[in-house]
Amino acid sequence: MRNQILLSRRDLLKSGGALIVGFTLGLPSRTPAQQAPAPAVSGGRGNAAPPPPEVDSFIVIKADGSVTLLTSHVDIGTGIAAAYCQIAAEELGIPIERFTITEGDTAITPDHGGTGGSSGIPRGGADIRFAAATARQALLELGAKQLNRPASELTITGGEVRPANGGQGVSVASLIGGKRFSMKVSASAPLKTPSTYTVVGKPVLRTEVPGKCTGKHVYLQDFTLPGMLHARVIRPPSFGAKLLSVDDSSIRAIPDVRVVRIESFLGIVAKDEWAAIRAAREIKTTWSESQGLPGSDGFERVMRTAPAQPDLQVVNRGDAAAALPSGAKQLSATYYWPFQSHASLGPSCSVVDYKESGITTIWSSTQGAFGQRATLSRVFGIPQAKLRVIYMDGSGSYGTNGANDADADALLLSRAVGAPVRVQWTRQDELAWDPKGPAQLLDMRGGVDANGNIVAWDVHMWLPSGPGGDRALLGPDSAGMAQNHGQGAGLMTLNADPPYTAPNVRVIAHNLKDTPLRLSNLRAPGKIANVFAAEGFADEMAAAAGMDAVAFRRRGLTDPRAIAVLDRAAQMIGWQTRSAPNPRAAQGNALIGRGIAYMRYKQNENYVACAMEVAVDRRTGRIAVRRVTCAHDCGLIINPDGLRNQVEGNIMQTLSRTLHEEVKFDRSKVTTVDWDSYPLLRFPEAPAIEVALIDHPDQPPYGAGEAAAAPVPAALANAIFDATGVRLRTVPFRPEELRTALSKA
Amino acid sequence: MATYKFRVNGNPATVDSWDPEQPLLYVLRNSLGLHGAKFGCGLGQCGACTVLVDGKAVRSCLTPVKQVAGRAVTTLEGLGTPEKPDVVQAAFIAEQASQCGYCTNGMIMTAKALLAQTPHPTLEQVKTGMAGNLCRCGTHTRILNAVMRVAKA
Repeated sequence: MRNQILLSRRDLLKSGGALIVGFTLGLPSRTPAQQAPAPAVSGGRGNAAPPPPEVDSFIVIKADGSVTLLTSHVDIGTGIAAAYCQIAAEELGIPIERFTITEGDTAITPDHGGTGGSSGIPRGGADIRFAAATARQALLELGAKQLNRPASELTITGGEVRPANGGQGVSVASLIGGKRFSMKVSASAPLKTPSTYTVVGKPVLRTEVPGKCTGKHVYLQDFTLPGMLHARVIRPPSFGAKLLSVDDSSIRAIPDVRVVRIESFLGIVAKDEWAAIRAAREIKTTWSESQGLPGSDGFERVMRTAPAQPDLQVVNRGDAAAALPSGAKQLSATYYWPFQSHASLGPSCSVVDYKESGITTIWSSTQGAFGQRATLSRVFGIPQAKLRVIYMDGSGSYGTNGANDADADALLLSRAVGAPVRVQWTRQDELAWDPKGPAQLLDMRGGVDANGNIVAWDVHMWLPSGPGGDRALLGPDSAGMAQNHGQGAGLMTLNADPPYTAPNVRVIAHNLKDTPLRLSNLRAPGKIANVFAAEGFADEMAAAAGMDAVAFRRRGLTDPRAIAVLDRAAQMIGWQTRSAPNPRAAQGNALIGRGIAYMRYKQNENYVACAMEVAVDRRTGRIAVRRVTCAHDCGLIINPDGLRNQVEGNIMQTLSRTLHEEVKFDRSKVTTVDWDSYPLLRFPEAPAIEVALIDHPDQPPYGAGEAAAAPVPAALANAIFDATGVRLRTVPFRPEELRTALSKA
Repeated sequence: MATYKFRVNGNPATVDSWDPEQPLLYVLRNSLGLHGAKFGCGLGQCGACTVLVDGKAVRSCLTPVKQVAGRAVTTLEGLGTPEKPDVVQAAFIAEQASQCGYCTNGMIMTAKALLAQTPHPTLEQVKTGMAGNLCRCGTHTRILNAVMRVAKA
């Protein structure tokens, strides 16, 4: 279903003979002057350009009746491509087997936002749906002329326009195949009602999986061009270090190697990849010393006192400070989330073919091809019209990993050597230099009355931060090129307020003026730490009130969808009502407990509850997660199998983040640069996961790329508290900490 | 430039390498155009580069090309195709046991060697046998289901 072949816009329509003018190979499909105002199809992402108005920019129907969807959202392993095909197939009445999809190519796809923030389904999918619905109306009109029947009596099914009450039809291919719709996407095009859906809501297999399982799927890392050279970049030994000298003679024995130096940017380019690797390892260089980092040990103390931007009042209702003393129980606690890496399994890669005159092409695993083109244009001073960014699958990115930086490396090197260049980062490059998910410190204060009602909730959070705007690219920074140094990490302050009835709530964010490590969005940015704190703290309140954790939460919920997921996750884990800690936790050397957490993502999207059962070895503090249950409501479900895969992945990945992951750094560099020092969860730790998907076909669909991650850390902390009576408030959960606490108990 | 002869996916292969220490991974990917095995760490820590040498799962990122001279190498491509997948590949496809899929090569090749040695492993045996392979997307549940699907067959 996913198109891996390089296409031009012209190729897309060519197969049937009718050639469409207006799109030519290698040129952007639209210039800004041609962009008419967008219809109210959906809000674009952030500062992304408004969605283009033409149906043809999203949907191409060829003479053979096959359909190509075009989108700037990309499938980084999430299954969004299959979901888009389902959405379009449903509205168009064309069998899904006839669909292919082309993603993230600035020359041929529309710009309706990049991948991120779980926007693929609610925004990107809505754009596809309205384009398909508009196309459907056009096809009905065309069919009406052909069949001499009013359009109102016609339907489209099996790729044919035919009378709804039976009779001869006419194929979609014969009506429009190889031709343009030449109409704007209409926000008022009639949409199919979900109760009639036959494709959306059914499990669909992702068509790229057989290729991924047989070595046929071409990843960016596998992509080659004629005359392409292999490259490695030698990054500074410490942040901000300047390159003082390079001894080319140190690699003289390695064949066909070129050294490229642009100020402190140092690259090796070679015909043979192994030669590039050897040369990058062996070249002798000297660098200036740099000791500008505060170090990760004790960074939470640094955060409290570091210069901050003006306080950001995220939530303020009632008077939290005044109400605190009125609680029968008053609590305070500090939660900490560390810097984390995207830790992509495959280090970033990029292939760039620089053309001095002509179009420079960047094959990239960026999550936002158009945004990346704009950034590269600004940094390199190349007009956007002379840059083409083409997305190709890389290793899963979960946000902005090193992919965008690798593009800049390859562009610098291709421009320097005048040949296509493939840059492959090392494992150490990726873990040391990918922009990081920020650390986060949360001081929680609250009061709960004798009946278990939250009377006050007061949060101060501290976040490394910085200016907005484009993130700086590593290579250009080393090369001394002027650029922005934005530190956006994505809606970091949401979900620190309780999802429960609470009259007095205040959440204040202290965004620091600076950050020791470059920042970017990492799956469920901010929400993952905030829900860890909020749902851990709610659990502390429940325990303080001597209440069952589910009963405490249920009491503060009124939304039936919230209650439904909470009850379902609890029921699946076999929840028995009692207060925590577990009075009968001991089973030999194991202490057994269960915990639960609930949240509504961003307070207005998915409802998710997660419960788990853990065993803690009282001698070692080792944590074994035995079972996880999750109830997930994201409104209308498009592809239940793809959704389940995302929910399972969110849970497993977040267990890894919670149990193991912390980026450590000393005064000059990141020190966690391989899978020993930055460990991920391994198979022996993988628990059984049961997922209940709650479908609401009458409700709008939310994205599911992140939400199920958010309640996982608190559910685990709450289960550990139930098992041991020890409350873990610092991620990662280290066995030593538990062992020490247990030995004191 | 030395020449090395070995078998790859049943066929004879002759490759030149200027460095006898060049890891098999780069020979497979760049000299032979076999991209199934992936570069993940170059440290033997993640398993993404796993291939079979004489039926045993090895890390091609740490295996010098000189060590496979005269041996039989099997890569993911040698097991089957999308049209005619091998039994382990078919199980992974049926379970949709892949998200980004970058680790999938290593998962399938490791499972292949494991199942050759122990045709009907328990779930715990599979977890132990796959402990050296990392998956970042968190697809563990489905990968285990896929291997157990073959184990129970």
